[in-house]
Amino acid sequence: MRAGILLFPGINRERDMVLAVRQSFGTEPRIVWHKETDLTGLDLVIIPGGFSFGDYLRCGAMAAQSPVMRAVRDHAARGGYVLGVCNGFQILTETGLLPGALLRNAGLRFLSMDTMLKVERNDTVFTAKYAKGEVFRAPMAHGDGNYTADEATLDRLEGEGLVAFRYHDENRNGSARAIAGVYSPNLRVLGLMPHPEDLVDPLMGGTDGKPLFDSLAAA
Amino acid sequence: MKAIVTVMLKAGVLDPQGKAIGHALNNLGFAQVGEVRAGKIIELELAETDPAAAKAAAEEMAKKLLANMVIESFKVEIAA
Repeated sequence: MRAGILLFPGINRERDMVLAVRQSFGTEPRIVWHKETDLTGLDLVIIPGGFSFGDYLRCGAMAAQSPVMRAVRDHAARGGYVLGVCNGFQILTETGLLPGALLRNAGLRFLSMDTMLKVERNDTVFTAKYAKGEVFRAPMAHGDGNYTADEATLDRLEGEGLVAFRYHDENRNGSARAIAGVYSPNLRVLGLMPHPEDLVDPLMGGTDGKPLFDSLAAA
Repeated sequence: MKAIVTVMLKAGVLDPQGKAIGHALNNLGFAQVGEVRAGKIIELELAETDPAAAKAAAEEMAKKLLANMVIESFKVEIAA
């Protein structure tokens, strides 16, 4: 599995993602600048967290219009894997690769703390190394993580098994149906707000997020 | 020609910012304030002379970028 990590101005979590990929994949990810348009040779495109383009207009709105995202759309249409975390999730919804949108946290506060996530299914390329229903710890750091979609979309996501993770302990940002992450219909695009890449080494205080990257490495 | 695009969260979408503004106004003694909704206004200077064409262009821009149609609605006004 060859991974590329997208870099937009204002993205600040790409190094954490490099560490997670290096550790699980045993290979060096390619850093892809937002003006690049050639993703040839990549199996997995990762969009890390941060504040792309200063969160101007809406979180992820500017990044969604950048040249590299056209290439990511093509990559996804070819059946390529895409992982978006935090701002990366917002960019994927703004691009339309994932349904719904992320609103300001219901309590208006920026949330920087650990949360507990429940794995809804473990038969995907992202979660094979977790158990179904497993609860794991993941740090979150976002101001706009309040997942929303219309009722019909939420029903469809649940009915088709496209909810990836739910907040298990407390739904602090007010997300609809406690949804923390969602899949595309082909289960190859995943977006989530919390940061599994920030718990992949005992030195970070835990390895709860490592199975996600180990799952991808084994795919 | 100037187009003024007003972007608001759709009715029914929780607007925590509007809520917070409402609370703050209540705290300031404006007891008559009920629901508050916050949005944004984007002014576009367009190289257009035909108001209908300017409006159509601004609407296209709103759909493609200025508003997220999943959560927001917009309205376009053309200033004389």
